[in-house]
Amino acid sequence: MATLGRALLFIALAVCVYGIVAAIWGGRTNRRDLIDSARRSVYALAGLTVAAFAIVEIAFLRSDFSFALVQSHSSTTTPAFYQATAAWSSQEGSLLLWVMLLALWSSLVLFLTRKTLRDVVPYATAVLLGMGAFFTGLLVFKESPFDTLAAVPAEGMGLNPLLRHPSMMIHPPMLYSGYTLFAVPFAFGVAALLRRRVDADWIAATRRFALAAWLFLGVGILLGARWSYAELGWGGYWAWDPVENASLLPWLTGTAFIHSIMLQEKRGMLKVWNASLILATGTLCIMGTFLVRSGILESIHAFGASTLGTPFLILIGAMVFGSIALVVSRRETLRSEHRLDSLLSREATFIANNLVLVALAFVVFWGTFFPLISEALSGERQTLGPPWFDEYIVPLALVLVLLTGVGPIIAWRRATWANVKRTFLFPLACLLVTFVACLAFGLGTSIKSVLLFSFAAFVLGTVAQEFWRGAGARKAMAGEILPLALVSLVRRNRRRYGGYIVHVGVALMFVGVAGSSAFQDEKDVRMQPGDTTRVGDYTVKFASADAGVEEQGGRLEALRLGATLQVRHGDDAPFTVITERRYFPSSDPSLGPVSRFFEGEATSEIGLQAGLFRDFWSAYQPDQESIRAVVERLDERLENATEEQQFTAALGLTEVLRTAPPPATFRLIGSPMVTWIWLGALIVFSGGILAMWPAPDAARRKATARAAARVAQDLGRA
Amino acid sequence: MDPSRKRTIRLVVALTAALLLTGALAVTSFSASSEARTPKELSNAVAGESYQLTGKVAKGSYERRGDVHTFRVQERNGAETVPVTYTGSVPDAFREGREVIITVQKGAAGGAFVGEKDSLITKCPSKFSAKDEAAAAR
Amino acid sequence: MEALAPLLVILALGLVVLLVSAPLRRGPGAADQAFDAERASLEAAREAKYREIRELELDVRTGKLSDEDFKALDRQLRAEAVTILRDLDRLDS
Repeated sequence: MATLGRALLFIALAVCVYGIVAAIWGGRTNRRDLIDSARRSVYALAGLTVAAFAIVEIAFLRSDFSFALVQSHSSTTTPAFYQATAAWSSQEGSLLLWVMLLALWSSLVLFLTRKTLRDVVPYATAVLLGMGAFFTGLLVFKESPFDTLAAVPAEGMGLNPLLRHPSMMIHPPMLYSGYTLFAVPFAFGVAALLRRRVDADWIAATRRFALAAWLFLGVGILLGARWSYAELGWGGYWAWDPVENASLLPWLTGTAFIHSIMLQEKRGMLKVWNASLILATGTLCIMGTFLVRSGILESIHAFGASTLGTPFLILIGAMVFGSIALVVSRRETLRSEHRLDSLLSREATFIANNLVLVALAFVVFWGTFFPLISEALSGERQTLGPPWFDEYIVPLALVLVLLTGVGPIIAWRRATWANVKRTFLFPLACLLVTFVACLAFGLGTSIKSVLLFSFAAFVLGTVAQEFWRGAGARKAMAGEILPLALVSLVRRNRRRYGGYIVHVGVALMFVGVAGSSAFQDEKDVRMQPGDTTRVGDYTVKFASADAGVEEQGGRLEALRLGATLQVRHGDDAPFTVITERRYFPSSDPSLGPVSRFFEGEATSEIGLQAGLFRDFWSAYQPDQESIRAVVERLDERLENATEEQQFTAALGLTEVLRTAPPPATFRLIGSPMVTWIWLGALIVFSGGILAMWPAPDAARRKATARAAARVAQDLGRA
Repeated sequence: MDPSRKRTIRLVVALTAALLLTGALAVTSFSASSEARTPKELSNAVAGESYQLTGKVAKGSYERRGDVHTFRVQERNGAETVPVTYTGSVPDAFREGREVIITVQKGAAGGAFVGEKDSLITKCPSKFSAKDEAAAAR
Repeated sequence: MEALAPLLVILALGLVVLLVSAPLRRGPGAADQAFDAERASLEAAREAKYREIRELELDVRTGKLSDEDFKALDRQLRAEAVTILRDLDRLDS
């Protein structure tokens, strides 16, 4: 089957090359048959990559260790879900997933535009196939998922236990979906520029793809943050690590893009800006894909394979220079149809929003690539840590939240004083009330947080007002009762009201971040069973220690050392959390049968009591040194023991540890408002889906009937 | 004021703001950064300065006394090591032989380098761990 | 299973070639399709224009647009819609 897979990828590469030639030739000579053939090449690419991916997946699920990939990333004891998802925990598998997703979205957009955008589609096809060729080329010539082992081993290495978390397994497909979906508006943007057809058509055709890309990328980033918080022993969700930042960059420019295209659609403005933004976003997506696997920046995620560095750098270089050349050479056609009338207008607010987002992206870019920049400028590699990022990100984020509230309620063209008074009164009142309340509750120690909470209240106020007034307008126009009016209002204006719901979610996420950063209590403390300590308002007692084993299918998977904590917070009901450390064995044959557990991977099982207003987070780190003597003695005794005897011995060890637990360090954190980050994210996701949801034909016809009727009157028809 | 003059003023203001931001970024980044060094480059370390040390945890060098962890960081491709003391919790993936990044300052005369709190990062070995480790062990 | 592999490869290659070359074998015949494209474009433009008109009405009713601005913009948008409808009519005739 591996040979079949390899052949399929080779055919895929050939199809890409053919498709590029056919698309460009067909585009230049306006030959429909060639253009259609190129489109079908994309369909073929989709089919081939899906088939290749299926072969890899089947190999994983069958634990076919003749595949080098399966042998190095899975094992017979790995649970089925993680066997299936282990495919993309590898370099090769993740590249295959990337190109498969690219092919699927490309097929979708080309199917939807098969009868429209005649001038532009051929070149968009060529760009998408160009990317496809790049990735399939890598898969065929450099990192093949179908390498086989001559002597088939009986067992595999298994999946890194740190990755055994659903979030971690869904995180890559989400991120890649985001990157590959952005490739669609990127390709159409390039094509539109090439053909000088820069009106809003290409944007309308790819708008939903941009929005879907933004959603998936955002969800992917959040899943990574959630995994970090819930699985790793450090207690944070964002570290300004270069690889995290690399995925954030296209998300920031993508956010700017989905807002600024509204200005181009409505007023024909910002054409140069939009073109540049989407070209930058597409390039940043490739850069994000590359950075994870390049090793050029020191990062917790550096996966070290620098064999791919050169091809990616060439691609990114080509994209950057090509984009600049395109935009500069087409700047005449990109002239705005309208100008900015007033700084106090929705247009200006949208532009300000874009500027802030691009400034944020610039700061993140600078901070992430600073080691390379400083090396180029001063010969020494310098790195920047989170405090530097926070210094710039926080003020910019504050401005952004404020603009999020202003944008939807300020008038187009020119806002008058009367207009401002009417629409800003209620939201401003929300802002002031929240500001005063925060100070009254003693939150003034962090003025930035108080400002953020107030601005978030402003945003919530504007959205509430919009829903209220919109429903009232609908009631007046169509005579429906208020609840029905609300439903039909949202149904007929999904883009707008879905967007408002996204704004609510974003505001809540910022509130969660502010609360959990500024008002967190953290403590690292050594405790023995029976000890009690205080963390902020929490009283924590180390009630008892525990030890045990994790088994899977009768085999020993891991050793567990755990602690039960009894926690009290003020007058609330006391609760118990259990936090553990699990030790997975190393497969190194030179290690002893018991000590290999302590030389393999260790994971933290976080003792988390999540709540609406505050989270209690705990991690446990026993002192391995103190049990080293016992472990070494057991190693000697069990040197030639059978597996069953080893199992029994492990159980014996855990008995010993239960009665005489090793000394341990706990990390305890009381973190307010963290849940609002995850809740806000869910709201963002729902709002985004709503905004993207296409209206069924019947509803669309009903909605446009009134408008059509009025226009028909103008036309002189009944 | 006629519209085109207004537009020119706005453009100038926007560009100036962008330049100021870039300038601020550049200045603060150079002063707030830590220099990245490998173990053999730390021989001329200056007291009071932070350095971002990268390398791997030398095998057999790790000791823990309560909250205080001492280990030696070795060149990725070499034998030079430097001693490091770190207080606090180490990351989950921390192991001898793994690659780490830690911000350190020069310790008391002749003593180990002191790691700053929460600055120890162990590189996630997920994509190549088992293969690399097995290869390294052989 | 391994013996089957070369056969499956040939099968896959055959399917791909069939799929991709179908338009080429069909030959050109572009005239009707060009007409379709123009119509689809105009219809999309018409829907977009209707939506703009609706949203404008919502904006003035929720107080974001002054009445004079609304009247002017509404008139302009409806004129643009009329143009599109006339173009569509021309296509039909």
